[in-house]
Amino acid sequence: MEAVAFFAGAIGALAGAVGVVALRNPFYSVLALIVHLIALAGLFLLLYAEFIAAAQIVVYAGAVMVLYLFVNAYVGGVEEPIWEPIPGQRFLAPIFAGAIFVEISIAVLGTGLSAIDSEGPTLPGGFGTPAEIGEFMLEKFLVVFEGASLLLLVAAVGAVVLAGRKRREPTNPDGGGREAEQPASTYSGVAS
Amino acid sequence: MDIAWYLVLSALLFAIGAGGVLLRRNPLVILLCLELMLNAANLALVAFARSTGTQEGQVFALVVMVVAACEVVIGLGLIVAMFRRQLPLDVDDARKLHG
Repeated sequence: MEAVAFFAGAIGALAGAVGVVALRNPFYSVLALIVHLIALAGLFLLLYAEFIAAAQIVVYAGAVMVLYLFVNAYVGGVEEPIWEPIPGQRFLAPIFAGAIFVEISIAVLGTGLSAIDSEGPTLPGGFGTPAEIGEFMLEKFLVVFEGASLLLLVAAVGAVVLAGRKRREPTNPDGGGREAEQPASTYSGVAS
Repeated sequence: MDIAWYLVLSALLFAIGAGGVLLRRNPLVILLCLELMLNAANLALVAFARSTGTQEGQVFALVVMVVAACEVVIGLGLIVAMFRRQLPLDVDDARKLHG
């Protein structure tokens, strides 16, 4: 029964990942990534990581993907041009990806770790539940937790600085921001 | 299921993500492929946490999710800034760093 659940999750995750790379429309790529994330959450549940699975669905497949969809709708459907600036990129990229896969597989399977050929030890009750993870976060990894919150704050401020519209100087009406005077709707690269 | 299955699956997902970063030129899709790679690393972390029977790996996976969220926010901010400045949304055309 566990094998069936694993292979269902694995096939879902792989199909989502291939869809992200292969689909030409970025909107469909985002939807494929949502499928991938939900399948991966199922795999996390099989590994007794309940809290990670819940956070994956709520934070990742929910909030972050909605952000992607908003930006995708704002920017518009941009189709990639057919011509390749780097010749042979279409053939070289899968070869490099296959090389990475072979390399990581050899490194993982050839390792001396004996535990990876088993299902792992029997776990105590409450493994991976929100209570246990919360205790770890607030006791053993408190500094990491605070660092993560600081990183989120810096990222939010940075995004506002990067994407925010520049205000025009009130004292100098001629020297306003260049991008503030050009409405975004005149962008010529948007495929309608 | 053996832990090795999860690790091989994680390697395969990471390779697909890396191939996507190399192949695609739309910055939005490149960000999505980066998410694939980070999630593959998360799967490996959680699988190792299961194999050792400790929960530190799961906390590490949560921190990786926080870093991924920050990366998404900054990347999408950059894409919106590129769009505002009417630059083409193609990473091969964005070669110069000037404001």
